[in-house]
Amino acid sequence: MKVHVTINGVSYEKDVEPRTLLAYFLREECGLTGVHVGCDTSSCGCCVVVLDGDRAVKSCSMFAAQADGHEILTVEGLAAGGKLHALQQGFWDQHGLQCGYCTPGMLMTAYAMLQHNAAPSEADIREGLAGNLCRCTGYQNIVKSVQQAAGALREPVAAT
Amino acid sequence: MIPAAFEYLRPHTADEAFAFLQQHGGEARVLAGGQSLIPAMRFRLARPGVLVDINSVNDLSYLRAGDKVLAIGAIARDRDIERAPWIKDRRWSLIHDASRVVADPVVRQMGTVVGSLCHNDPAGDWTAVALASRAEVVVRGKAGTRHVKIDAFLVDSYTTAVEEGEMALAVEFPVPDDRTAGSYQKMERKVGDFATAAAAVQVTLKADGTIGSAGVALSAAGACAVRVDAAEQLLAGQKPSAELCRAASDAAWHRSAPQADLRGSVEFKKHLAGVLVARGLRQAFARLGVQA
Repeated sequence: MKVHVTINGVSYEKDVEPRTLLAYFLREECGLTGVHVGCDTSSCGCCVVVLDGDRAVKSCSMFAAQADGHEILTVEGLAAGGKLHALQQGFWDQHGLQCGYCTPGMLMTAYAMLQHNAAPSEADIREGLAGNLCRCTGYQNIVKSVQQAAGALREPVAAT
Repeated sequence: MIPAAFEYLRPHTADEAFAFLQQHGGEARVLAGGQSLIPAMRFRLARPGVLVDINSVNDLSYLRAGDKVLAIGAIARDRDIERAPWIKDRRWSLIHDASRVVADPVVRQMGTVVGSLCHNDPAGDWTAVALASRAEVVVRGKAGTRHVKIDAFLVDSYTTAVEEGEMALAVEFPVPDDRTAGSYQKMERKVGDFATAAAAVQVTLKADGTIGSAGVALSAAGACAVRVDAAEQLLAGQKPSAELCRAASDAAWHRSAPQADLRGSVEFKKHLAGVLVARGLRQAFARLGVQA
């Protein structure tokens, strides 16, 4: 079947089997390998992408067919004009990643969270990221990274 | 694993979805949030020949808090409930509690209440909530639309009163009296895991301070969520007290018939069921300003 999806602002039209999962569609059909597959069964959050601007979804538990007509943002779409997104900068500055495997999912979940709550408390961040596992257990710095990003996004001038 | 091949259909109205289900009968499954069905398909525990994806059926995305019932449409997301303006009303505290502990926050972006009821996992959250609050599921069948009481709806593990070719359209929670509060108590090893044990309680107080009606249900305590009738009966007509909470807790211990697994032994889970019912009751009473 034909699937038409806008990913990171670019329009893609592909012919896929209905059973193609969104994670594999993004990785194998679109070459967006920043979408990581961890557990493959909706437990770990590595494969999270943002659907229609503000909804974090686990792309291993959604079919590409379901994304037909929708917009997807992956980690590849975060940086703009050669400049890291505030979340990426936050992870860089605060040492928010160790092995990096969970990082794209963390970034995308945090991105969707900040769309709904621009000034999350530490508890909000911990709760919001509860569906994303970091096996390096680097949660302290991940929380700090998101806090830095939230601050930078609220005061873009001060952050530059 | 990649799921077995299937035919994908995407209706845009409830009528269209129903027509597809009638056409394909037992071959077809409804795809709502997909947070249980898709993993099950990936493990090849489910292999429907036809998937009827109702995510574009916008007329089933409603959350309506009316005078008599709170109606939740088949594709209203768990996250929508958590964010609904009416959710902080004490009367909905059971539903509010549950909406914050179902699966994990990302799964809740897609997951639906009606889908969870239809999946009827032995350790699901919404099934116990629906029992304690005496919900009804609106099912569309060949003969028309009918309301099925949740006790009759939950038939057995992963089995409900929805027959082949039928479709659950919504779940309706009766709006309780003002002096009502509830609590959902869930013990889980980590966020996103199934409950080791869980208890849903809801109580309504009368003007004289006695309990008018009570709903008590357990999840992860048998083939599917169970109502603790004995606890409900012993609570009704009594004044909240520590002794009463203990008696309800004992009734829950008796009613609970869990299976041992990695989450714990039968003995441990039965013990938890009792503890969680007592905790839930104390919290519900506290929400009504009563110490028990």
